[in-house]
Amino acid sequence: MASARTAPPAKGLKNSRALSLRIPEPRFRPGEKADFSSLKIPEPGATPRPSIDTEPKDMRELAYGMIRVLDQDGEPRGPWNPKLDPAALKRGLKTMMLTRAYDERMYRAQRQGKTSFYMKCTGEEAVAAAAAMVLTREDMCFPTYRQQGLLIARDYPLVDMMNQVYSNAKDPMKGRQLPVMYSSKKDGFFTISGNLGTQVPQAVGWAMASAYKGDDKIAATWIGDGSTAEGDFHEAMIFASVYRAPVILNIVNNQWAISSFHGIAGGEDATFASRAVGYNLPALRVDGNDFLAVYAATEWAAERARSNLGATLIEHYTYRAEGHSTSDDPSRYRPTDEGKIWPLGDPIERLKQHLIAIGEWSDDKQQALHEELVELVRAAGRESEANGTLHAGDRPSIKTMFEDVYKDMDWRLIMQRQELGV
Amino acid sequence: MTLHAKPAAAAIPDAGTARPMNMIQAINSGLDVMLDRDPNVLTFGEDVGYFGGVFRATEGLQKKYGLNRCFDTPITEGGIIGAAIGMATYGLRPVVEIQFADYIYPGYDQIVSEAARIRYRSAGDFTAPMTIRTPYGGGIFGGQTHSQSPEALFTHVAGVVTVIPSNPYDAKGLLISAIESDDPVVIFEPKRLYNGPFEGYPDKPVTPWQKIEGNLVPDGYYTVPLGKARIVREGADVTVLAYGTMVHVAVAAATEAGVDAEVIDLRTLAPVDLDAILASVRKTGRCVIVHEATRTSGFGAELSALVQEHCFYALEAPIQRVTGWDTPYPHAFEWEYFPGPSRVAQALKQAMVG
Repeated sequence: MASARTAPPAKGLKNSRALSLRIPEPRFRPGEKADFSSLKIPEPGATPRPSIDTEPKDMRELAYGMIRVLDQDGEPRGPWNPKLDPAALKRGLKTMMLTRAYDERMYRAQRQGKTSFYMKCTGEEAVAAAAAMVLTREDMCFPTYRQQGLLIARDYPLVDMMNQVYSNAKDPMKGRQLPVMYSSKKDGFFTISGNLGTQVPQAVGWAMASAYKGDDKIAATWIGDGSTAEGDFHEAMIFASVYRAPVILNIVNNQWAISSFHGIAGGEDATFASRAVGYNLPALRVDGNDFLAVYAATEWAAERARSNLGATLIEHYTYRAEGHSTSDDPSRYRPTDEGKIWPLGDPIERLKQHLIAIGEWSDDKQQALHEELVELVRAAGRESEANGTLHAGDRPSIKTMFEDVYKDMDWRLIMQRQELGV
Repeated sequence: MTLHAKPAAAAIPDAGTARPMNMIQAINSGLDVMLDRDPNVLTFGEDVGYFGGVFRATEGLQKKYGLNRCFDTPITEGGIIGAAIGMATYGLRPVVEIQFADYIYPGYDQIVSEAARIRYRSAGDFTAPMTIRTPYGGGIFGGQTHSQSPEALFTHVAGVVTVIPSNPYDAKGLLISAIESDDPVVIFEPKRLYNGPFEGYPDKPVTPWQKIEGNLVPDGYYTVPLGKARIVREGADVTVLAYGTMVHVAVAAATEAGVDAEVIDLRTLAPVDLDAILASVRKTGRCVIVHEATRTSGFGAELSALVQEHCFYALEAPIQRVTGWDTPYPHAFEWEYFPGPSRVAQALKQAMVG
């Protein structure tokens, strides 16, 4: 056998068998019928809930399963039911609905030419809405551009969000940032970069600082499935693991990174949650369209972090129901009905169904709340647009363009400001 | 040669006793002083903790201040800098070591896109006061991965302060200023100067800093301001703009050329001390710019542009640049690559003729 293995290759110095390169492709493309029936989705209530001090090695199966609470009838099942009172459930529902109404309005505003760019989080509202209720304002969230629900949950003024999107005279970011890249330290909402993945090691560092100071605050961060391929994600994982940082590392697996399906990020055969295993971090894989499951998983991770037991990775399994941004057209790369037949449904519909099932809600109330929120957004829109939009009305003072590059303006910026004549 | 324009130690309340130190000891002392003064200061990096750093800059600090204040990290420059940004936005003042400037690139995005812009993009809502220390430069047979001078990649970035000291006193004083600065600061430490003022003669032994007359570094707290250059050698004939290792090479070259050169140690590259440059060039009417980094788009290009923009009518001769060649740093041809005193002297003579 040894001689066979070390025998010289066949003539021409070629291996006997030609290699072939694999390029992953999604199962369905435009014009094809999407079919998710082969997805392995555990039953609601079937996943055990380990105690928060469980060793990562003793709960690895959670990285491959899926925490689900709400069943198809809207009934809560199993040990992960967070048992929220009706008022809390309604608050979560309202946050999700307001987020969607806000997204709808701002998407249209972009189409009307009032701003350059907008990004919706349609179908993923539960991810931010539930987390915002678990975390406190003193904790720090390091979000991506699809967690606007965090701000909305904290009653950050819609008008200020819109002012930012319009880069108008009252934009809190003074016209410097791309639309939707909000920042609000007082609400525990870290300045959104727009570069992907950079916030993850920063969140870990912030959490390390809290631990260093003997503080009681924790950090949470979100990253898309596609961006987990960035080095930043893995750098953050190793730091979180080595220093046992009190941080919640959320992966929002919405299946699509612009036009690339999750397989291009290596998530076809291995779950994103399973990336925690090699770092000895606990991982929870959760039905991201199930508000109760997201709440429960976040609560578990937050309690673990607050108990000085370190970081948890949570994969939120969801679906990006709309385009990546206003600059994207998903009908070019995926079947248009994919979102409609997504087997985990819509987070707003599912929480509504639950509230109805427990006798706390009705279709009429849902409709009335919807109309109230649409009107709320419309009123905020009117107020914001009076402050200006990207191409009309007042902008921030041009002079401020040169401020905040450094704490103090040095001669270069003073001279350049003079050169511009402002 | 004046080593540094230092105020008398007695004039600074916390400066303590001054004594001879090499540059590593001075940096170590700067970290020690700031760890002692400010509980929000901590330092970390590869091999920085128990071992004290491959160049020994953090020696003894973990033992003195504990694991939390001075610790080892995984080999992940992006992670080190990313985590430091998070700490800084929390309210700490992290000082991180990137073992060699050649290794800083995996962390470059975190510096350029994040640390540099967090204050601006959040309109002052968040800030990232942090210090990145990293040894740079050649002359140690480090080959292409232990010799680079990437300062121009940082001076090009709005929002970052870029600092390069040339002697122990400045290394400590600038480090303390950097730690106290509310902006992110990158300090490139000329590793060829850690032990003594290398003048660019590879065969000539370098005199240790401890034996250099006037090289006294206070034990305690003092600062050297950011953004201020220093005249190292006053002269009437030609201005030499230099920083780091090349300050000492330039002084040697002036002697070699027999030219009465005024050598300016920029100390801070961004924001550079324009007033100091203009005052000198307007006096001498001639300018030679020296750096070890590659020439094209090097910091010398910026200096040259500034001098001609502001001093065109004072110039008697074309501005000369003496730099590393536009190649990677070659291991076997280090001294052909390095812009040593004879090349600088040649440029000084050329500037006097032109």
